[in-house]
Amino acid sequence: MKLITCENLTLGYEGKAILSGLNFTVNSGDYLCIVGENGSGKSTLMKTLLHLQSPMAGTITMGDGLKINEIGYLPQQTALQRDFPASVEEIVMSGFLGRMGLRPFYTKAEKKEARELMEKTRITDLAARCYRELSGGQQQRVLLTRALCATRKILLLDEPVSGLDPVATADMYQIISELNKEDHVTIIMISHDIGEVANYASHVLHIGHRLFFGTKEEYMNSKIGKHLVTAGEEAKA
Amino acid sequence: MSGIIEKLTFYFQYPFVWYALIVGILIALCSSLLGVTLVLKRFSFIGDGLSHVAFGAMAIASVLNFSNNMLFVMPVTVICAVLLLRTGQSTKIKGDAAIAMISVGALAVGYLLMNVFSTGANISGDVCSSLFGSTSILTLTRAEVWLCVVVSVIVVILFVVFYHKIFAVTFDENFAKATGTKTDVYNLLIAVITAVIIVLAMNLVGSLLISALIIFPALSAMRIYKRFRAVIICSAILSVLCAFFGIIISILGGTPVGSTIVAVDIAAFFVTSIIGKILER
Repeated sequence: MKLITCENLTLGYEGKAILSGLNFTVNSGDYLCIVGENGSGKSTLMKTLLHLQSPMAGTITMGDGLKINEIGYLPQQTALQRDFPASVEEIVMSGFLGRMGLRPFYTKAEKKEARELMEKTRITDLAARCYRELSGGQQQRVLLTRALCATRKILLLDEPVSGLDPVATADMYQIISELNKEDHVTIIMISHDIGEVANYASHVLHIGHRLFFGTKEEYMNSKIGKHLVTAGEEAKA
Repeated sequence: MSGIIEKLTFYFQYPFVWYALIVGILIALCSSLLGVTLVLKRFSFIGDGLSHVAFGAMAIASVLNFSNNMLFVMPVTVICAVLLLRTGQSTKIKGDAAIAMISVGALAVGYLLMNVFSTGANISGDVCSSLFGSTSILTLTRAEVWLCVVVSVIVVILFVVFYHKIFAVTFDENFAKATGTKTDVYNLLIAVITAVIIVLAMNLVGSLLISALIIFPALSAMRIYKRFRAVIICSAILSVLCAFFGIIISILGGTPVGSTIVAVDIAAFFVTSIIGKILER
């Protein structure tokens, strides 16, 4: 089932287009990676998909009964959040707010659901801790759990492993992959790391001067994909 | 000690002392609730900016000889609050610069107007009492006290009902917006409440010291507590205590009310900083 269909999208801000002619679809259960150089418009695309800004041209169609506010979102952290006095529990629970309407307080069912999700992302023992005292990987898992509270259909992850150490990075990818495989959460992830894309993604969207959209296998065999993979390996060696 | 109690019982025979105490505590409560959000959203200076706007509006109102200043000052300040929180998101003039501009501009124009079209003989006295709120808290009328009580109750109710939403909008506006929270509405709510509290607080501490009521309790609470709810509750309690003792001390010592309350707030900040340092170990 098609969750999101983008047709002929032109993206940009303040009247300047930075990306045009973008076509891709996201099906239920997909694991889509969005790759591209810095400044190629990855974050702008993310914001457009979240309806935080509107596309300059083209359409985004939501299918399969997906509502605009049913997209979970793992943003890149801001400096403001790093010293915010809040407990893990408070942050996780705030994921429910979007669907609460005017109801002022959380229900018992929501509290139970939050505990189950925290189990899944392995942060149960951190519940009462202060967010700013956690490690980068733990903080990311907290924000991931909050996104899961908001929706279980589709998650948008904006460079979820940037700044994490190798162990935390592997953990994060592992959890995301479990969510995708076991809980059938559709994943859209912005990433720099083409090597990891090869391990986990089902589809790849490459944006920049040249556009590419297709399955991972198609991407790995394409000129643009091969070029990036070799560049990545050279960088590691 | 018995002398102090005697003096207090003497003063508390007069209703205006009670009025001052009630209004002082209520305003301290409201401003501290909002203060945590404003400080965390990096809007600490909005209190400063808006209070100068309120000062400018007050000057215009008195030059034009309005019978009730509040009816003019309140809407002007609310409009400015909405505009300022808007500019926080636009890119042409950044939030802090916009606040500085409006704040200094309103202060200058206000003083200029009061000077050129002065209605009273004692301009510097008028200006001083608008800026530092020297004695006006002791001349509150019954109607003003009721107004303050009603507004405070509304503010506290709004805060409790929308507490979780205010938390979400403060912590991560983009996430809240993307998942369906009407962030614009809550930002507007925060702006309007801020403006209303500032106009009310002008009577208490004057327009220069309002920022202190907003910032100090929040910062003090953040030294000790690490949960959002605990910070809010601690900030409210601290602020109320500081206002209470500030007013009592100013009665006993004959010091200006506004600056005494702020002085107590500063002392509380140092105490909580030390407690925070000790707890960290």
